[in-house]
Amino acid sequence: MRIVFKTSYDADIRLFKHGAQAFWYGLLFVIAIALPFLINEFLIGEATLVLIWAICGMGLMLLVGQTGQASLGHAAFMAVGAYSNVLYQEHFSLPFIVSFPLSGLTAGVAGALVALPTTKLHGIYLAIATLAISVLAEDLIVIMEPLTGGVGGLFAPDIEIFGFTFNRYGNPIELYWLVLFITFIVIYLYRNILRAPIGRAFAAVRDSEVSAKAMGINVARTKMVAFAISCFITGLGGALMGHFATVFTHETFNLIMSITLLLIIVIGGLGTIHGAFFGAIVFVLLPLIISIGRDAFANMAGLGSISIPGLESGVFGILLIGFILFEPMGIYGRWLKIRTYFELFPFYRKDMFKRQKSYLKTERTQ
Amino acid sequence: MDIVQLIVSGLANGCVYGLIALGFVLIYKATEAVNFAQGDFMMLGAFITLGFTNADHMDLPFWLSVTMAIAIMGVLGYLLDFLVLRRMFGQSQVAVVILTIALGFVIRFIAGAIWGHEPQSLESPISGIELRFGGIVLGMDEVWIIIITLVLTGLLYLFFARAKLGIAMQASSQNQLAAYYMGIPVKRIHSMIWALSGIVATIAGILFASKGSIDPSAGLLGIKAFAAAVIGGFGSLPGALLGGLIVGLVEPFAARYMPAGYSQIFPYLILIVMLVVRPHGILSQIQTKKV
Repeated sequence: MRIVFKTSYDADIRLFKHGAQAFWYGLLFVIAIALPFLINEFLIGEATLVLIWAICGMGLMLLVGQTGQASLGHAAFMAVGAYSNVLYQEHFSLPFIVSFPLSGLTAGVAGALVALPTTKLHGIYLAIATLAISVLAEDLIVIMEPLTGGVGGLFAPDIEIFGFTFNRYGNPIELYWLVLFITFIVIYLYRNILRAPIGRAFAAVRDSEVSAKAMGINVARTKMVAFAISCFITGLGGALMGHFATVFTHETFNLIMSITLLLIIVIGGLGTIHGAFFGAIVFVLLPLIISIGRDAFANMAGLGSISIPGLESGVFGILLIGFILFEPMGIYGRWLKIRTYFELFPFYRKDMFKRQKSYLKTERTQ
Repeated sequence: MDIVQLIVSGLANGCVYGLIALGFVLIYKATEAVNFAQGDFMMLGAFITLGFTNADHMDLPFWLSVTMAIAIMGVLGYLLDFLVLRRMFGQSQVAVVILTIALGFVIRFIAGAIWGHEPQSLESPISGIELRFGGIVLGMDEVWIIIITLVLTGLLYLFFARAKLGIAMQASSQNQLAAYYMGIPVKRIHSMIWALSGIVATIAGILFASKGSIDPSAGLLGIKAFAAAVIGGFGSLPGALLGGLIVGLVEPFAARYMPAGYSQIFPYLILIVMLVVRPHGILSQIQTKKV
């Protein structure tokens, strides 16, 4: 265990706590870059998908994990990102390098507009309002057929940057590097938001709206900014998802996807960037693991191939219930506990990470 | 003539939404948890009945199956609270929301694994008969749904107004600590509320499945019931029914008089407008906490 002596205020908000930490993250980044040389092309495709989900997850994490606002409707903003990205490219023939950030901005503005009326709401009402937005978005995409292609969906062209094209099937490795680069930028942005005043305002609103107000934070505005930034990031993820899926319809970004996104960040660990990545890894690799396990089981039992539709979501649900009951801090929380155990060995105590229970904050005034 | 038919079918749909919404509100009022799996409860209750009574499953008498399904869902609701939800006591509302969503995933998976993903119809004595008055053709099922909902609402009203257990439930929903001091076993009451909500969901499911067909994803209907609950007022039992009726009535009229594609967004539009204008619903009993 390393004790960091902080001798200045800046030391408190440094990106890395100490050199060793910077080294490990640097190593992780190098491995991420070198990944295409280590695994085959199919797995690189999966890795790209993990990164895209992680970007979307980070978007939602900023809202749920950092600001404490539940959203069950983030697939709607992924859809805004994906559709606007393709529309900018096709109707205004903008290059990807312009249309991509623009699509994020569009999603961000959409998020801010949605946040305007809904920031008054909290807790359960906000969850329901965003749920309704997710359902509405699906129907709106169908209604706005001339623009969105309706039920037929849209076809996303190859990403083209300065004459170099990226295609999921043509050159998956280059696409992976591109997504990795975007992921890196998003992480950098995310980290910097958190240590800026607005990030601290987010945490204050999450922990207690009342005391945040007392500290002079404009709660409604902070929530709106959180919504906007969160939707910006999720919109970027959605635009990438559109390119990755090549064809997407209203059903690509349905309610189940909104909920899945929330489940991903809960499994990963709320309130941390790591959580978004762990959750995305679990979610993307789960179908793989299940199919491998199923085949192994089928071989053992001497059956042919068994197929159980909906098994993935069932297993995902059970995993999630297990996590909420037994490890509410998610995979990253478990990792922290294990690491602390070894760092402090043999002085780790059982209740070191025990959470304070907050008793029933009622909304009623009785 | 047309309008009467639209109204009756809208009311029948609305009754089902209202009953599901009633289940949400029961749990919300008592425990401040929102059960996002209520729609899936409804679906599961319908499938259990269907599994008992349909000819190609177990072919038991209808009323026996209904009784058994209600008993099973009651016990299931009780056990869910006893084994799972009670551990969440004192944790944030959002955690409970996510937990119940996951529960919905699991229920949908189980129902799909047992009864398959094809839409099936419940063979009940009230389905498929038509009533004719003059030029009006009404489905027997729709009329029955309205009657049964009315009876059930009356029974629930009597239960909460007169029965000792009902009054205890009211007390523990109004103030848990005070109820506990008065000797009410608050935790057990919570489990019983979950059981009651499971029973109401089962009845809603039986009505829904005898009116049309049901498949494992029918639980997503719960979202409409959410709209109903919010429109009516999340903390109010009559409000839930009222909201259900409003959503049910709006749907067929929107489908009749609006271009295709627009009709299904109406319940959600009303929901969002309600949330913005009057977040606590028409029959609100909740005031926002002020500092």
